[in-house]
Amino acid sequence: MEKKVGGVVLVLAALWFLVAMPSLNAFGTPGSFFHVSDFTLNLFGKFLAYAILALGLDLIWGYTGILSMGHGVFFGLGAYCMGMYLTLEIGGEGVYQSKLPDFMVWNRVKELPLFWKPFHSFFFTTLAVAVVPGLLAAVFGFLAFRTRVRGVYFAIITQALALSAWLVFNRNEINLGGTNGLTNFKKILGFTLTEASTQRGLYVVTALALCGAYLLCRWIVKSRAGKILLAIRDAENRVLYSGYTPANYKVFVFTVSAMLAGVAGALYVPQVGIITPGRIGVLPSIEMVIWVAVGGRGSLIGAVIGAVGVNWARSYLTSSYPDYWLYFLGGIFILVVQFFPDGILGVARDAPRKLEKWIRRTTRPAAGDEAFAPVRSEG
Amino acid sequence: MTLTSKSILYMEDVFVVFDGFKALNALNFSMDRGELRCVIGPNGAGKTTLLDVVTGKVKPDSGRVVFKEKTNLARMRQEEISNAGIGRKFQTPTIYENLTVRDNLELSVKQDKKVTSLLFGGATPEAQERVEETLDVIGLASKSNWRAGLLAHGEKQWLEIGMVVVQDPDLLLVDEPVAGMTEGETEKTAALLRRIAEHRSVLVIEHDMKFVREIAERVTVLHEGAVICEGSIDHVHKDERVVELYLGRGSEEHA
Amino acid sequence: MQQAGIRAIPRGASARSFISRVLILVFALGFGLAARGEARTESFSPAIQAEIAQLGSKNRKTRRRAALGLAKRLEPKLLPLLLALREGSLYRWKPESGEARFVIGGDAVTRGEVEYVPLFSIHGKKRLTSADGKPLFVPDGGLRKIRAGRRIRRAVKPYLNQLQSSAQLHSADPNVRRAAATRMARVGDKDLIPLLDKVLENETHWLGRHALIEAKALIRLKSPNPEERRSAAAALGEIHGLNAVSVLQRLAEKDTDASVRAAASDAIGEIEGYLSWTATIDTLFRGLSLGSILLLMALGLAIVFGLMGVINMAHGELMMLGAYATFIIQGVFISYLPQNYFGWYFLLALPVAFLASALMGFLMEVSIIRHLYGRPLETLLTTWGISLILQQAVRQVFGAQNVDVKSPEWLSGGYHLMVGVQFPYNRMFIIALAVFCVVGTYLFLFRTRAGLRIRAVTQNRGMSTCLGVPSRRVDAGTFAFGAGLAGMAGAALSQVGNVGPALGQNYIVDSFMVVVTGGVGKILGTIVAGFGIGGMNKMLEPAMGAVFGKVVILVLVILFLQRRPEGLFAIRTRGA
Repeated sequence: MEKKVGGVVLVLAALWFLVAMPSLNAFGTPGSFFHVSDFTLNLFGKFLAYAILALGLDLIWGYTGILSMGHGVFFGLGAYCMGMYLTLEIGGEGVYQSKLPDFMVWNRVKELPLFWKPFHSFFFTTLAVAVVPGLLAAVFGFLAFRTRVRGVYFAIITQALALSAWLVFNRNEINLGGTNGLTNFKKILGFTLTEASTQRGLYVVTALALCGAYLLCRWIVKSRAGKILLAIRDAENRVLYSGYTPANYKVFVFTVSAMLAGVAGALYVPQVGIITPGRIGVLPSIEMVIWVAVGGRGSLIGAVIGAVGVNWARSYLTSSYPDYWLYFLGGIFILVVQFFPDGILGVARDAPRKLEKWIRRTTRPAAGDEAFAPVRSEG
Repeated sequence: MTLTSKSILYMEDVFVVFDGFKALNALNFSMDRGELRCVIGPNGAGKTTLLDVVTGKVKPDSGRVVFKEKTNLARMRQEEISNAGIGRKFQTPTIYENLTVRDNLELSVKQDKKVTSLLFGGATPEAQERVEETLDVIGLASKSNWRAGLLAHGEKQWLEIGMVVVQDPDLLLVDEPVAGMTEGETEKTAALLRRIAEHRSVLVIEHDMKFVREIAERVTVLHEGAVICEGSIDHVHKDERVVELYLGRGSEEHA
Repeated sequence: MQQAGIRAIPRGASARSFISRVLILVFALGFGLAARGEARTESFSPAIQAEIAQLGSKNRKTRRRAALGLAKRLEPKLLPLLLALREGSLYRWKPESGEARFVIGGDAVTRGEVEYVPLFSIHGKKRLTSADGKPLFVPDGGLRKIRAGRRIRRAVKPYLNQLQSSAQLHSADPNVRRAAATRMARVGDKDLIPLLDKVLENETHWLGRHALIEAKALIRLKSPNPEERRSAAAALGEIHGLNAVSVLQRLAEKDTDASVRAAASDAIGEIEGYLSWTATIDTLFRGLSLGSILLLMALGLAIVFGLMGVINMAHGELMMLGAYATFIIQGVFISYLPQNYFGWYFLLALPVAFLASALMGFLMEVSIIRHLYGRPLETLLTTWGISLILQQAVRQVFGAQNVDVKSPEWLSGGYHLMVGVQFPYNRMFIIALAVFCVVGTYLFLFRTRAGLRIRAVTQNRGMSTCLGVPSRRVDAGTFAFGAGLAGMAGAALSQVGNVGPALGQNYIVDSFMVVVTGGVGKILGTIVAGFGIGGMNKMLEPAMGAVFGKVVILVLVILFLQRRPEGLFAIRTRGA
């Protein structure tokens, strides 16, 4: 029964984000209650892209128990792949009227670097946004998991990965725009990015991608392989002694997770219009972890709620109380870990039971607790 | 002691040194197919290290570890050893607390353990049949849909034994299965192990002398990383060194 | 005082620039030697006085003649006056009582609408004081500037340069003497050689002698005589004249005489051979220095991580607090203590930084960390949250910009080991501090009762509690100790790097790399890893630049963890 209600709520939420919001944006009368502004739609487009990343992060952290503090890198790789395509789409319309991207003209690069060339193709780009981060994750994960680097060690070396990537992407030598990143995009597949209809289209694509990502993750966690992920989290030794190779499962889930992050990055770029190294460093990477923690790790819906919720709070607070955003962020890091390890979803799930317990305790203080111990028959 | 076609496990001159401490000191140990063997010894005698060496968790510094007369375990990885037919039950219950009892068993069944086959396929009918069978053996059939974390301590131990059995190993290593169990649970566990040993070789490490007397055919006494005595439980009881070293301290248990 | 047109400004408020202070110091030292005999008389010979008087003439030609005349005397005592003339800070000033006189003006200070100029005497540039002994400031309206046009300035320049250099060659500060010799080598001609020889006779400092010999040889390289040039080139090769490389290169390519070309390239070879030596020593020292910094940063982290299993992501912010504590102590010294005590502020800052960070660490442990033992990933996320809050708090209190922490004078400059190799004092101090902290930590952990308790709780909490060790207090104390070490590291960092809200984030990953590489809970491992990573970093830096060098280090650490997932010094243990 409870499951059915959950399913209905889920479908309704999906319909709201997928159908209602873009429709209200397109057809609602501006200014009326039933209108979603271009700005809001764009904002939520960004949040939904983040939610895709959060799903992947939840797979690796929530389900498999491996904390990655380097997901900004995978997000960034996807974003930069898309950014390169969008930059090439500018063509000769840049400031310098050159075939080359503006920053290359500025840096006196004479010829388009080889690795940029395939990104003329949109098809290649859509593949690359998932494959490039996936490859990096596979190699990195293989190296780390094969020798059983785990727990905090893994967390720390992923942080080193984030720092390295940030340092490298800041350099002009690698021809990705240095500190300024890639920006000033004009068109995607011939559609002008500044048009409201283009942005609406991108929003719908993002919402669809999120649904797809959700279904993919759900399929994985419901499969027997998904159960092995939980098993690795709870008792890795048992998994090992049952004849499994946990490293393979970890590499698999880390790779899937990185690919989702890459897709999220690729959807983020055309909606936000810029990607800089600032998005892939140590700080943004660890912030992503908190999205999942806030929503509720080990629950796919929780990850989505966390990503949208925290980022909504962020955009509200950074515009209204810019000085207090970091206090808030730091505060929820502490609060969630200390008091709400299962996040918002955990609170919602436990609330009825806790409330009931509280009511019974206050109404019948003398009864003691044994009446509420789990009923269990000895076998 | 020689390597014969009857040997399921054969260890020769095995050394394991931790930071100068010889956990196993020229250990020679062998057991035959179908045997139920108990290994006893005081704390720090090297019992758990012995299991670690057999299962590949600890690599021996020198010596031979042979499984089924030809498989050299010293160079294999843990999961390879496990797939070769050695199952291990840990001292503290090590189960998947957030999965159901049935899932716990189903994931442990002997089967193809590649990522892709678990991602795309369900459990085979034979596997399911083995799971049902094992549920009966360990007496948890009525709780097959419980979350494993909700089981009592003894039930968790049985579940883990079940998980090892369902792997269909030729050699089953069991580390202190009855520690922390009630008397009734201990008896049930003894019966369970005897039943399992009908079809495979079992090596049990145990402190509880009453339990050992109940199940053991042969007993090996370990001290300072080497075997000092081996034989039937009565034989071991009569050995002076054993009495002095180990049994003497716990004499009230079997006075 | 206002009516008198003279005002004494309290010294703390005067805004003399740092440079002018140094200049004064240099001149004071220089003339302390050169003008010793006549310092008390405070006057020039009548002939000179007459010529000085002509500087006040309205006629430009008269002024120029006078200036040139004074310059040609090459009289060291006239240097401040001539310099002031060139800079346009020579004034004619008529006090309320007494006759008009020449004075030198310092940097003006604005008070309200009016600019006040501090006054100095033309003789030795000594600060003029009012009757009550306070420094003398006059409004700039009361001064008449002695104008020196471009032609005057150009005419006196060569004499002035020579004067300046020879004055500096006699300076009491060996660094000033050396710099003067080097400059003379660049601009000088053979007329200077006798002067250099004379100075060389009295020069006792080996580095000064080296600079003088080098200068002489460099001047001789300009000689028209090829024999002279050749011997000069050979001499430069022999003494490893590092300043001569570019000149020698020109000579080796373009000299008309083949033997000079050969001698020049031989000399270059010798100097370059020497340079590779100095570069090696330099790299080693820099590696050692970076290693010490890494070690200082990682030590506290290693203790907290190794002994308590807490991944303290706020460790960087604790360092930041230490650096800001240093900044505050500096401010206190500037505001409340006489200037000559300023140099000692850093010695006080070290323990204060330790205590400030230790206190913060204590508060963190008692309020939050305490509830998270045994859950390292949770401590990681929580302490990261704390780090964000600390950062933002500092940003709001001190501003987002970096603050200025000045090194005390005894930490500026450096020790010359050999020609071309200088070890900066601040780096040497940090190495010493790292050694001190490591030894101190070792003694604390292994030679004190508190240390024994810490180790006991680490190894067996339950048993220790049963035996009456107050494990909670021990935890809080251990954490505070680790945090205090971070504070010390922060104070040390303030001497070599920027102090700003982002200080912690810039170092945290490096610190963790050291701890992880060294192996958790092993101080020896932390030491080896700190110096190893520091040394390797500095070795890679010249070849591939700082950024890629660092990236390579991170990759190497990751690969290293492949081979030894538990770090360098992990012990093989049973069980677990």
